[in-house]
Amino acid sequence: MIGIVSYGGYVPRLRLPRMTMFQSMAWFAPATIAVAQGERSVCNWDEDALSMGVEAARDCLKGADKAGVDALLLASTTLPYADRQNAGIASTALNLKNEVLTADFTGSLKAGTTAMISAFESLQAGNKNSILVVASDKREAKAGYFYEMWFGDGAASLLLGKEGVIAELKGFHSVSYDFPDHYRDAAKKYDYIWEERWIRDEGYVKILPEAINGLLSKYSLSIGDFSKVVYPCFFSREHAAIAKKIGASPQMVQDNMHEACGEMGTAHPLAMFIHALEDAKPGDKLLLASFGQGSDAFWFEVTENIAKLPARNGIKGHLAKRKEMESYTKFCQFRDRLGADTGIRAEVSAQSPLSVLWRKRKAILGLVGGRCKVCGTPQFPKTDVCVKPECHAVYEQEDYEFSERKAKIISFTGDLLAVSIDPPAIYGMVQFDGGGRTLLDFTDCELEKLEVGQTVEMSFRKRWYDKERGFHGYFWKAVPQEKA
Amino acid sequence: MATGIKDKVAIIGMGCTKFGERWDVGAEELIVEAFQECIEDAGIDRNEIQAAWQGTCIDEVNVGKSALALALTLHLPYIPVTRTENFCATGTEAFRGAVYAVASGAYDICLALGVEKLKDTGYGGLPSIGGGSLAFFTMPNMTAPGGFAMLAQGYAAKHGLSMDEVKKAMAHISAKSHYNGSLSPKAHLQRPVSEDQILNSPMIAYPLGLYDCCGVSDGAAAAIVTTPEIARSLGKKDYVTVKALQIAISSGEELQYDNWDFDHFVTTSKASSLAYKEAGVNNPREEISMMEVHDCFSITELVTYEDLHISERGKAPKDVMEGFYDINGKIPCQPDGGLKCFGHPIGASGIRMLYEMYLQLLGRAGKRQVQNPKLGLTHNLGGFPFMNINSVAIIGRHDV
Repeated sequence: MIGIVSYGGYVPRLRLPRMTMFQSMAWFAPATIAVAQGERSVCNWDEDALSMGVEAARDCLKGADKAGVDALLLASTTLPYADRQNAGIASTALNLKNEVLTADFTGSLKAGTTAMISAFESLQAGNKNSILVVASDKREAKAGYFYEMWFGDGAASLLLGKEGVIAELKGFHSVSYDFPDHYRDAAKKYDYIWEERWIRDEGYVKILPEAINGLLSKYSLSIGDFSKVVYPCFFSREHAAIAKKIGASPQMVQDNMHEACGEMGTAHPLAMFIHALEDAKPGDKLLLASFGQGSDAFWFEVTENIAKLPARNGIKGHLAKRKEMESYTKFCQFRDRLGADTGIRAEVSAQSPLSVLWRKRKAILGLVGGRCKVCGTPQFPKTDVCVKPECHAVYEQEDYEFSERKAKIISFTGDLLAVSIDPPAIYGMVQFDGGGRTLLDFTDCELEKLEVGQTVEMSFRKRWYDKERGFHGYFWKAVPQEKA
Repeated sequence: MATGIKDKVAIIGMGCTKFGERWDVGAEELIVEAFQECIEDAGIDRNEIQAAWQGTCIDEVNVGKSALALALTLHLPYIPVTRTENFCATGTEAFRGAVYAVASGAYDICLALGVEKLKDTGYGGLPSIGGGSLAFFTMPNMTAPGGFAMLAQGYAAKHGLSMDEVKKAMAHISAKSHYNGSLSPKAHLQRPVSEDQILNSPMIAYPLGLYDCCGVSDGAAAAIVTTPEIARSLGKKDYVTVKALQIAISSGEELQYDNWDFDHFVTTSKASSLAYKEAGVNNPREEISMMEVHDCFSITELVTYEDLHISERGKAPKDVMEGFYDINGKIPCQPDGGLKCFGHPIGASGIRMLYEMYLQLLGRAGKRQVQNPKLGLTHNLGGFPFMNINSVAIIGRHDV
């Protein structure tokens, strides 16, 4: 049996109410009141498509056989690097084995589902046994534009394989059209988008039904065979119109999450699908279709294994971890659109030593430390000489992963002098459960709620962006957990 | 069997510039200003100096690397000059080099000079000091206030104190140093500040406010050392001798092992014990006359009282509030205003502290003179609480 073995989601905790956006830009774009309902998800300043993708993949790999992953396919239209494979960075962050195939899938909002098809075909061909698919997007839109409200940031991940399948792949079907509803020049930050009415009538309402009907006819199915139909479309009226056109009842249509987080690009069809899986029962038939210069459509059947999946945040859990963003200017600052002054101190620019990054890649990207084979002491970073004073064994450390371990705060501060996009810079020393300690930046937290002894979890984040050289620096940060 | 440094070396001359935002001068002028006072005080010919040590820390905004700045500025006649750098212990390291050179018998007369020109950066606070290429990728973008602010959190948690209690003791420490600074003509900051002003000052790195942080200053300080025999032959009667010189550097346990609570300085605790042993001090609370400790931040000074084994663990706030360390207290601390008010040009600080102890021991400290001091202790702490360089020096009257 081939299908989905596990799933994981990531929606950044910050949610910006569309009314807050409207209130800041109403003087310029009064018409946006028409869509100023609900809220959109917003990356913290230290998140991007790659970091969110890694978080979704970690969620997906909870309780899964990480060592068995044969390939990692990363889909996005907003990856940080044009040349330095982003999937390779993700693979190192996840500390996957070296003998793994990695690839970036990009250039279309359906890149996530296309990566799924490539993975399934590889599994069917018998070349691979376990493939991790990740889709993630952080898209930009100009201030005061409807799309700034409609877009959200987020990621989703599916582990596809043969053992412990929770949703069996029964079939798939694709159509491809160069439908230029929008495009983004390789060197541009923003999409160029044609008239919405045309996009709705000629795009969504025609292409999605064509792909879905194509799937139904290919496998001699009728829409009534399905318990849930999942497809993106953030125009609510057209989302319903598509259902009508394919003959699906309103109850069968999976919510498009427009009110909760907005449209998360390549991640969106996968995220909606995971949201559906979170409520699915064994035997449910699910239909998934994407939209983006064509469409990929899938037929899945949920198995008994879905009940055995270990606990995870998924999409539901992340939607529940919500923190309202109170300021539109903060949103702009986080996306480097405000140009707030960070002072002369921030001007210091240093090249990032790439040979060090390569040599220490496991520590920097993977938060892999060492554990002394003689005395058992975990330590970060891994070193040649054991830190334990009674041991000091030389050349005796084995790799030891810290990223999935919880830790406790030893001390912390909120630093207003340090250069930060979101002052104060909060950081501190943490002690890992089971041993080992280090200093880390903290993120997704409020200084006034922190306490010595509080539990933190690790998160893969961007630490800096060197504009001059176009280098994105990633490392791990501590995320303080709300007290139970 | 090593016998330690006690009474093997005498200080025969010292000099110190006015500290502060010295927009008028650069490092070279500061070197000359400190050196001229020092050589006149020593009463020797400059050509009698056989070797010299230059302490500078942040070369990027200062005089560059190497000891050339000192040699070229003073046109020293092709003698050995060595640059020392060990964060905030830089000045004491320069002094240690000169002292050990004399004690070894290799030279008769040596110079130690620390200098730092910090106010050419264009911004407040210290420039960040790199921690190596791995730290570049992994260490938080930490400032000095942030690094030491964490000490206050750890100290409060360890001793079950509220942050308000800790902040009050910290405010008394800063107020005391501001008062002392007002008696100190060469100090950077010379205005008394009340504890209320300190408690209500703008936050820099929680819980440290503006007045919990020392000044960022330009300055230089110098010392000329020789053997006690030569000191006497030069007609020096009340000369000062070195009683102890200890350095302890973090082993990595604080940062990487599991046995430290971010509440004290392991290094200071160890170095001070060794210094007392070297100086023959059995009960520092009774025997040390006065101190200049490394109050880069008020919390550093508070915790250091305990690591110097003068206040009991957890009891420093009580001693502070009772005035134990005030200018008229049992052990006056920072009589010249300390880093807080005299200022902190990094490479000069260790020698500046010795300069104040030297003036006090010779009865030359003017309005802030401590009564009949016998032993003065100086302390530097460079780096961060979790990895640092600590120095403890004790100097005293030669007859003690």
